[in-house]
Amino acid sequence: MFGTAIIVFREVLEAAIIIGIVAAATRDVPNRTAWLLAGLLFGLVGSGFVAASTDTLASLASGVGQEIFNAMVLGVAVLMLAWHNIWMASHGVELAAHAHSVGANIREGRSECSILLVVVGLAVLREGSETVLFLYGIAASEGGGIGGMLTGGVMGAIAGVVVGYTIYAGLLRVPMRWFFTATSALVLLLAAGMASTAAKFLVQADLLPSLASPLWDSSALLPENGIAGMLLHSLIGYDARPAGMQIVFYISVLISIGIGMKLSGKSRNKNQISGVI
Amino acid sequence: MKNLYFILLLLPLLATAADADYTLIIKEHRFQPAELTIPAGQKIKLLIDNQDATAEEFESHPLNREKVIAGNSKATIYIGPLKAGSYPFFGEFNEATAKGVIIVK
Repeated sequence: MFGTAIIVFREVLEAAIIIGIVAAATRDVPNRTAWLLAGLLFGLVGSGFVAASTDTLASLASGVGQEIFNAMVLGVAVLMLAWHNIWMASHGVELAAHAHSVGANIREGRSECSILLVVVGLAVLREGSETVLFLYGIAASEGGGIGGMLTGGVMGAIAGVVVGYTIYAGLLRVPMRWFFTATSALVLLLAAGMASTAAKFLVQADLLPSLASPLWDSSALLPENGIAGMLLHSLIGYDARPAGMQIVFYISVLISIGIGMKLSGKSRNKNQISGVI
Repeated sequence: MKNLYFILLLLPLLATAADADYTLIIKEHRFQPAELTIPAGQKIKLLIDNQDATAEEFESHPLNREKVIAGNSKATIYIGPLKAGSYPFFGEFNEATAKGVIIVK
């Protein structure tokens, strides 16, 4: 039962952290909660489908279909988070100011919501499908252990959700002045971490060279199966033994989104000034 | 994303890639062999043949690899090039019994 709880916790944790950060970052977007729940539902239903087609997926592309699928899911999530951050850099402040006046910025809010739906859906999809396979395996092999499996699964899931919610609640306490900076920084690191994981899958599938395997080894200092390592892995993409290619992806995404945010933030300031004149 | 499209274009080439260099079998939630020796400094293609009815996740932090293998199916993982040493791995879904180590010499 505890074994089940720990594995489910590990899978749920990553999705919960992503949802916690994204939910905080979009707190002023109209109808945000409904979209978030829709994303969650889409992810849960999708997990079932992905789990059921693991066979087919794996046999695609001579046995590396799963890596390609994971890398594509991560790639889409990175693009969405990049868009979110760049968009927020120019519209975030206005949105916060008009959030409660009916009709204001609804259309802009909607495009932001569809990003939310996709990011949450994909996060749940990726982690959820593994959980489904794992729980199905236990249910199939242990016969009578279904009660223990369910208890363990629910315990693990609750623990994961608690961590995600703590991050969410903590972010909401950040003073408004720093709120956009804090959430943008977290979303930026989240995106870079996902890009690094995508690179890892492509190296594993031999579609990209590893460049160095590993580039460094900090597993003695901060093991990634410990609590701190696990949290840092989900938050900022920490890897104790990354391939060189992962770092290339990580830094490229960090720099590209950073430049996008700078440019978009600048254009907003210019518009404001010309509006005043 | 652009990179991914290029990668997808390369997929047909993969079909002609060489056969697996090494094979691991999963049976009754155990790896066979539990110890696999491979040469240092070379990229290795590892075929994992899951003969159990349920899925297993091959996972190794030292190797920096994780992959789900569906029940009664095979999957490919590329590892290395690695330095000499021992690299433990395990099956995450059945951690109590599914354990093994790759020895690099």
